[in-house]
Amino acid sequence: MNNLIVSPTALAFAVILVLIALAVNFKEHIGLEKDMLIGVVRAVIQLTVVGYVLTYIIRVDRVWLTLLMVAIIIFNAALNARKRAAGIPHAFVISLLAISVATLTTIVLLVVAHAVKFTPSQIVPISGMIASNAMVAIGLCYRSLNASFHDQRQGLLERLALGADLKQATMPIVRVAIKTGMAPTIDSAKTVGLVSLPGMMSGLIFAGIDPTKAIMYQIMVTFMLLAATSISSVIACYRAYPQFYNEDLQLR
Amino acid sequence: MLFSLDHVGYRTPDREILTDISFNVDAGEYITISGPSGSGKSTLLRLLATLLTPTSGQITYHDQPQSSYPKTTYRQAVSYCFQQPSLFGDTVQDNLAFPFELRNQPFDAAKAQAALAQVDLPTSMLTKPITELSGGEKQRVALIRNLLFEPDVILLDEVTTGLDAATKTIVHELIEGLNQKGLTVLAVTHDETEINVAHRLLTITAGRLEAAQ
Repeated sequence: MNNLIVSPTALAFAVILVLIALAVNFKEHIGLEKDMLIGVVRAVIQLTVVGYVLTYIIRVDRVWLTLLMVAIIIFNAALNARKRAAGIPHAFVISLLAISVATLTTIVLLVVAHAVKFTPSQIVPISGMIASNAMVAIGLCYRSLNASFHDQRQGLLERLALGADLKQATMPIVRVAIKTGMAPTIDSAKTVGLVSLPGMMSGLIFAGIDPTKAIMYQIMVTFMLLAATSISSVIACYRAYPQFYNEDLQLR
Repeated sequence: MLFSLDHVGYRTPDREILTDISFNVDAGEYITISGPSGSGKSTLLRLLATLLTPTSGQITYHDQPQSSYPKTTYRQAVSYCFQQPSLFGDTVQDNLAFPFELRNQPFDAAKAQAALAQVDLPTSMLTKPITELSGGEKQRVALIRNLLFEPDVILLDEVTTGLDAATKTIVHELIEGLNQKGLTVLAVTHDETEINVAHRLLTITAGRLEAAQ
């Protein structure tokens, strides 16, 4: 199992890869070198910190500490999702609710089904995977809602004028938003294994696990992400669309 | 009294749009509202339709404050027809089926086709994508969308603008006919001939009611 030997020296050499990306940037005047450097530095710092934190959490193996870590992951995901809401009121609370329900439901089901064990080394990475996919999905939902409410304003006004309630007026827009949120997950479910060998499966194969075992985990992950992104998209869209109206059933 | 407006005003955070509007409307009246562009005519209709809420004063409908009615049933009874509607969905049918949907009724294609014929549109238009309609066709589809289930009041916001003379006449006759059967009509217009034949004319200038007759 222990053929994993990325030493700090090896990593230092891998910095050459970053230099290649930077060189392309300078040569083509793309102007992303600052963001790229920030990205690299943040990745190194955040991952180092998380590495030590996870080592500690796994070693002490306490339920409350594991749950705290899951809570922190969900909280951060909600904060990030709010940034993509571009001004939708209560976006943080809505995101927190959507991501929490998606993450907790999925994890509870997986634990009950004995697909994962309630141990920090399994729960924390799985939570991270679910929460980040839910975060991306609801970010796309928010963007779609904002775009539709802007582009289809006149059509919405006409529906309201005919006497539609909020749901009747907005349903077509909500459907498109949910579809948009789920599309990447469904697309990747369709191409998984053909194009990319996803993180979980690659990790297990790296660690020397038999690929036929590794795919079992990946299939589970695919199911779990489908559930999580649909739960979070539906909750976020249904909670977010009324925010576009005032209490007199008028568009804001 | 069908409508009673009592010192009604509407302002946005940076602009006063309507000031101190007071008048009454009896059931069955046909009221024509005119005035320069930007004087607040459309805003007045939208206040009556509850698509906007007055920032001062009060509007009563059947002697009850507007706010005492559920918005959805009120808007089905007091139907506002937009100037330059965009329509929604994909086809004309999506638009004509919507009023049925709101009332939990199955779509009645015969009724929709009869309505199309009433405003001189071919019945085959039902399946036409809304992107292929001219402005005048959209305007007429929007109008019959408001009239499929006859409301108590129709609020017309320059609905004959952009229609040719023959089509204008068709729309006028339709509205006049419904008015004679008891439909209350409030119509905003710039059209000289419509102003000349007005039963009762209200003129709005710079957000104020000029001459109530």
